Amino acid sequence: MSAAIEFDRVVKTFAKSGGGVQTVLDGVSFTIPRGKTTVIAGGSGQGKSVTLKLVLGLVRADSGRVLVHGRDITRAGGRELEEVRSQFGVLFQGSALFDSLTVFENVALPLRERTAKSEEEIRLLVAASLRQFELAGHEDKYPAQLSGGMQKRVGLARAMQLKPSIMLFDEPTTGLDPVMTREIYHLFARTQAEFGFTSVIVSHDIPKIFNLADQVIILHRGQMDVFSSPEAIQWSEKPHIREFVKMTMGDIYQSSVVEK
Amino acid sequence: MKERTLESAVGLFMLCGFAALVYLALQLGEVSFLRQGSTWEVKAEFDNVAGVKEGAAVQVAGVTVGEVVDIALSDREAALLSLRLDKKVKVPVDTIASVKSQGIIGDKYIQLNLGGDDELFKPGETIRETESSVDIESLISKFAFGSAK
Amino acid sequence: MVVPSQQDFGIPRSFPPCTALQPTFAMTSNPLARLGNTGLYLLCDLGKMTLFLGKAVRGVFRRPFRFRELLRQVHFIGFGSLAVIFFTAASTGMVLGLQGYYSLNKFGAEGMLGSAVSLTLIMELGPVLTALMVAGRAGSAMCAELGIMRISEQIDALDCMAVDPFRYFITPKFLAAIISVPLLTAVFDVVGIAGGYVAGVGLMGVSPGSYFQGMEGSVTNHDIRLGIIKSFVFALLVVWICTGRGYFVREIRGAGFGAESVSRVTTQAVVLSSIAVLVFDYLLTAVLL
Repeated sequence: MSAAIEFDRVVKTFAKSGGGVQTVLDGVSFTIPRGKTTVIAGGSGQGKSVTLKLVLGLVRADSGRVLVHGRDITRAGGRELEEVRSQFGVLFQGSALFDSLTVFENVALPLRERTAKSEEEIRLLVAASLRQFELAGHEDKYPAQLSGGMQKRVGLARAMQLKPSIMLFDEPTTGLDPVMTREIYHLFARTQAEFGFTSVIVSHDIPKIFNLADQVIILHRGQMDVFSSPEAIQWSEKPHIREFVKMTMGDIYQSSVVEK
Repeated sequence: MKERTLESAVGLFMLCGFAALVYLALQLGEVSFLRQGSTWEVKAEFDNVAGVKEGAAVQVAGVTVGEVVDIALSDREAALLSLRLDKKVKVPVDTIASVKSQGIIGDKYIQLNLGGDDELFKPGETIRETESSVDIESLISKFAFGSAK
Repeated sequence: MVVPSQQDFGIPRSFPPCTALQPTFAMTSNPLARLGNTGLYLLCDLGKMTLFLGKAVRGVFRRPFRFRELLRQVHFIGFGSLAVIFFTAASTGMVLGLQGYYSLNKFGAEGMLGSAVSLTLIMELGPVLTALMVAGRAGSAMCAELGIMRISEQIDALDCMAVDPFRYFITPKFLAAIISVPLLTAVFDVVGIAGGYVAGVGLMGVSPGSYFQGMEGSVTNHDIRLGIIKSFVFALLVVWICTGRGYFVREIRGAGFGAESVSRVTTQAVVLSSIAVLVFDYLLTAVLL
């Protein structure tokens, strides 16, 4: 079985604040292959973040199944949910670092809480991973004292501590300047080459993020279109995809020129 | 260093809190188990103990020497109080117990007028010579309308 | 492979979140339906809060226990409130001493001053004012902290690391409040009695002996027990409502979004916990006195 994550006819609705029901995912099915990078794109409010939360079991589907390595997370509870979740590393949109803890304590948290390692071992591991993410020397700072890019790196370092088999990134480049954005993408490429995890990136940084993607999923009005490669999007016949391509196409060349 | 200050501050707080609690319990609430060893109990039967509460003071010549620990009805349908007294207080058998109050609307307490007999009450025995509560209403009406009746 | 989803049998997989019970357009024109909708929302909210309390209690039995966090919280709730409790208690005690003196003086019963001041403080004002002060000072901070942790996804992050947020930082807050508030109440009582002494004996010339004599004679173990039981219950109410509101900041009707929702929910938490303290004060007095 090569699927890391599998959605099987997942339906998710929310009540609208003005009344009525908004269908975010309308019977969506797709698979995310192991060891590859999948980018989930789409406009605002099309359910990108909800998709991630479904994968994590933070939100429950109305119907259908979400399988993580073959286990149905929509039905898992308590201990089983914890087990499934311990395979994930998550980089949240706002990094979600704990304000009251220092950089060191933030990165050490998963090790302290989820492993039986001694304080000495933890110190060495955290120091090594801070060096790897170019954060050495910032151990005793609090998240509020760091720049956005550094916060992302701390978040990434924290997410990587338990050697997850699946990494989830929620809008990893929001609020970062172009230099920082490129730096983060390089970091992704490097860490994935090193650890070989499955990665799922939710982003609306559309043309640039495609450089990283092995597979692209575009969310539109509760439906998903899966493309085996970024190039395949261009050949799609569907009107909303064509519109999407038209809106972003020119930028792809432009941005790849900028990247070079 | 920072951890030390945290611990000392919490320690200081706990100390203040428990000191206050101990003060309340010992000084005001009269925690009985601490004094158990040095007290004894005697009973006293009254016709009427209206207004006397558990914990009311027992005084000898104005000095508090114990408290009322139980209020019950005796066999002959009178009020039976259990008085817990200091070990040092000897109660002769001709002692008179009376219900008094501190001022007109003050709390009720029990006053023991110690007698002169050589024979003493033993723990658990009952004082029968008693003066009951003064019923203020009847007192006032007697004062006001007494001559008319 | 056909997997029957639970909706095939007409059973929803999970209950909708309470915000899902928004009044629809049809309902708004029908007051009865609106009332029913509000009732359902409140019931649902109460249910969530009860589950929240259950999880917080469960957190006590989960290992490893975070003693350091408990210490930090006792420092924050207990030690940090000492000053405000001291000033509130001193002024309350002094006012009671003066007021009590003027009232009792009319009956020539100044001897009752100690008893009046100490009973009022121990049974009513001590527990209630301490709880209100803690709600205003520590409760609001706890609510805002949890609210911010919720909207900045820190609580989700803990969930995703499979770290129980209750054991990690909510249960320590519960325990710290339940330890701190009764101790603060005791401090309040003692400082208040001293304040009454200063006003009654120092300023008004009641004899010190009668102040303490009246106090020792009239305060019973039962009164002290009532005060302590009250302070435990109030501590639980304040910490429960304040942390619970913060935790559910996203699901509270009318709260709005982002920073604004945190500020609104914090205000709501302090108001709700203060009302709960006052209501339970009456109930406990009625039942236990």
